[in-house]
Amino acid sequence: MDISFTDQELAFRDEVRTFFAEEIPSALRAKLERGIEIGKQDQVDYQKLLFRQGYFAPNWPKEYGGPGWTTIQKYIYASEMAAAEAPQIIPFGVNMVGPVIYSFGSEEQKKRFLPDILESNVWWCQGYSEPGSGSDLASLKTRADLEGDHYLINGTKTWTTLGQYADWIFVLARTNTEVARRQEGISFILIDMSTAGISVKPIITLDGAHEVNEVHFENVRVPLENLVGDEGKGWTYGKVLLQHERTNLTGVAHSKVRLARLRKQAGEAIRGAEPLRSDRNFMRRLGAIDVELKALEITDLRTLAAVASGKAPGPESSILKIKGTEVAQMIDALEMEAAGYYALPYVPAQYQVNFDDAARIGYKNETLTSLRYFNNRKASIYGGSNEIQKNIVAKHVLGL
Amino acid sequence: MNFDLNDMQSMLADSIEKYISNEYDFESRQKYAASKQGYSTKVWQTFAELGWTVVPFSEEDGGFDGGAIDLMVVMERFGRGLLVEPYLANIVLAGGILKRLASTQQKERWLYPVIAGEKQAALAHVEPQSRYDLANIRCTAEQRDDGWLLNGAKSYVLNARNANVLVVAARTSAGTSSEQGISLFVIDPASTGIAITDYATVDGHQAGDISLLNVSAPKDALLGEPGNGFAALDATIDDAILAVCAEAVGIMQVLTDKTVEYSKSRVQFGVPIGSFQALQHRMVDMLTGVEQARSLLMWATMVNANGSEDAKRAVSSIKYMVGTTGRKIGEEAVQIHGGMGVTWELDVAHYFKRLITIGQIFGNSDWHLDKLADCGPARSR
Repeated sequence: MDISFTDQELAFRDEVRTFFAEEIPSALRAKLERGIEIGKQDQVDYQKLLFRQGYFAPNWPKEYGGPGWTTIQKYIYASEMAAAEAPQIIPFGVNMVGPVIYSFGSEEQKKRFLPDILESNVWWCQGYSEPGSGSDLASLKTRADLEGDHYLINGTKTWTTLGQYADWIFVLARTNTEVARRQEGISFILIDMSTAGISVKPIITLDGAHEVNEVHFENVRVPLENLVGDEGKGWTYGKVLLQHERTNLTGVAHSKVRLARLRKQAGEAIRGAEPLRSDRNFMRRLGAIDVELKALEITDLRTLAAVASGKAPGPESSILKIKGTEVAQMIDALEMEAAGYYALPYVPAQYQVNFDDAARIGYKNETLTSLRYFNNRKASIYGGSNEIQKNIVAKHVLGL
Repeated sequence: MNFDLNDMQSMLADSIEKYISNEYDFESRQKYAASKQGYSTKVWQTFAELGWTVVPFSEEDGGFDGGAIDLMVVMERFGRGLLVEPYLANIVLAGGILKRLASTQQKERWLYPVIAGEKQAALAHVEPQSRYDLANIRCTAEQRDDGWLLNGAKSYVLNARNANVLVVAARTSAGTSSEQGISLFVIDPASTGIAITDYATVDGHQAGDISLLNVSAPKDALLGEPGNGFAALDATIDDAILAVCAEAVGIMQVLTDKTVEYSKSRVQFGVPIGSFQALQHRMVDMLTGVEQARSLLMWATMVNANGSEDAKRAVSSIKYMVGTTGRKIGEEAVQIHGGMGVTWELDVAHYFKRLITIGQIFGNSDWHLDKLADCGPARSR
């Protein structure tokens, strides 16, 4: 047993660390530090920067433009990105539809779509969930009816993250309703968001943010060539995609940064207050979360080490999503404790670019604390709620 | 980066597993626990013959030169088998002090017979008032011309009943709670002035309270330098914490496995109870707890094996997790076994009692959480 990285891995870590420390443009860095949401252009510029460095598509095979990193390198890269508090990439193109296209798409589709995904020229969004489908994805009702040389799409997709910026959407739709199992008769279709008949309606989340949307399709004509792989195999392709989604799903590195910040903050006399460090209950809670987080980090590494040595990950891998979101939400709650009254002012305007920071309420980004807490309740719900995850573990790991 | 055992460790693990599955069933365990000694002499001899008692000792001491990881391998298997043999008392506790402090002559007289399985040893460090504070020692040792005079009281001395080697922590100077002034002695428990009240403990093991009244010990009863014994005591208890936490992880694994199996076969209302979602999710939580605890145990053991600056924090972290998650897993195992879970007959109840005992010794979860609250900033990368 050995938890250390090799010299080569350490050298790679230093290279990535240096990149994130030095190459993120100062204007972007300033926005991140001020808690200002970065917009579409910032995001695209940042992703292009990663692309130029060869860092944008760690999971892609070399032949399609990936860097050919080992499992450990991918882990180090994701950890360093989070530790540097660099923006996360938008996964829908590079981590979701990209792998489906290079795994199951035609040569024509690969040529047409992959380069623009790599270079962030096209913004993709995901059309999976539907109103009423919840965690039961196979209940989806959106139809793709064959009419000559095109499909006619009718239905509604929801929880479409950043769909307001998207140029294209990948959709799971029913091409056949006469099937024995609900998972059959579903196809994976790529749709240009500018096609007539598509409308995007914002969904405002409890923190007041516009992050997700409902996307309506009314008699939307999509050429047959936009079907990926075989008709009716969409469910299988979608599952492959979810495996890619599993990359770094624990958020350990991000949680570590947040706990370290809380610990540092606990030593400061903010607004002349007694430092939180003297509050034993607070420090014990912090210590207890640290224990869970350290355990999770090692559980993550155990999974990684298994994959890296070509073995199937053991039962420990199945708990990563559940535990990762639980720990993140514990930190959300502890940040609320730390902020006290100053978690409560609802002042989104002060996180706009032109707001005068001297006029801000709260210490640094303190008033974002509650918004983060409320927003992140989603973490234990999306991607198959934690209860669904437990059903899966009960069935597939415990054999119940 | 790898979490696999090396070849030697795998062989050790296999040999213990094979022995337990062939020779040490639950009925035997119960019989040994209920016997006068509280363990089986024959089994203990086998441990010595198979080389398990030498694991944490250096080659110089005739040992295996094993580190914390080797001890983890042994103790996790002992946990799975729910062994009652006094490995902790002999090898980890008394042996841990002796290997650190004893001179060659002292080792020959006291330690090597213990490793060989010929003598039984015990460490007396807990006192009636000390709770979990290792430095809270009132027992005194006064220096006399011909040696030492010991007075005081000791509690929960594991294996006190069988010991013919007794290691005692006593104060040779300074106040009651200082880490300075603590010395360790090795004495014959048959010495005049020693009274042992031994008892069975709830987990099927045995311990005793000891009173020392004007006990004369020779000069060479002192281990190491006078007044400087705390570091060895502290390091030995850290080893013991890692050891019992490994045992606990083995127990947690068994309890989870047995509970899942039981839920598949136990039929209520015409269906196996394992088909109920309310129980499925709780068993997934048990599995999650075992895996998290195993991860933390591996980390704590590794950072202690290589002497990292995280070592102390790691010891408190795993002990805290075993105390909290272990309790939860034990209680859930009993609950899901229903009425059978609360009977003496079922092994699950005895695994549960051992797990609770482990949570209770060498600092409970509150004690260690308090230590974690005092720890400096986590190393963030």
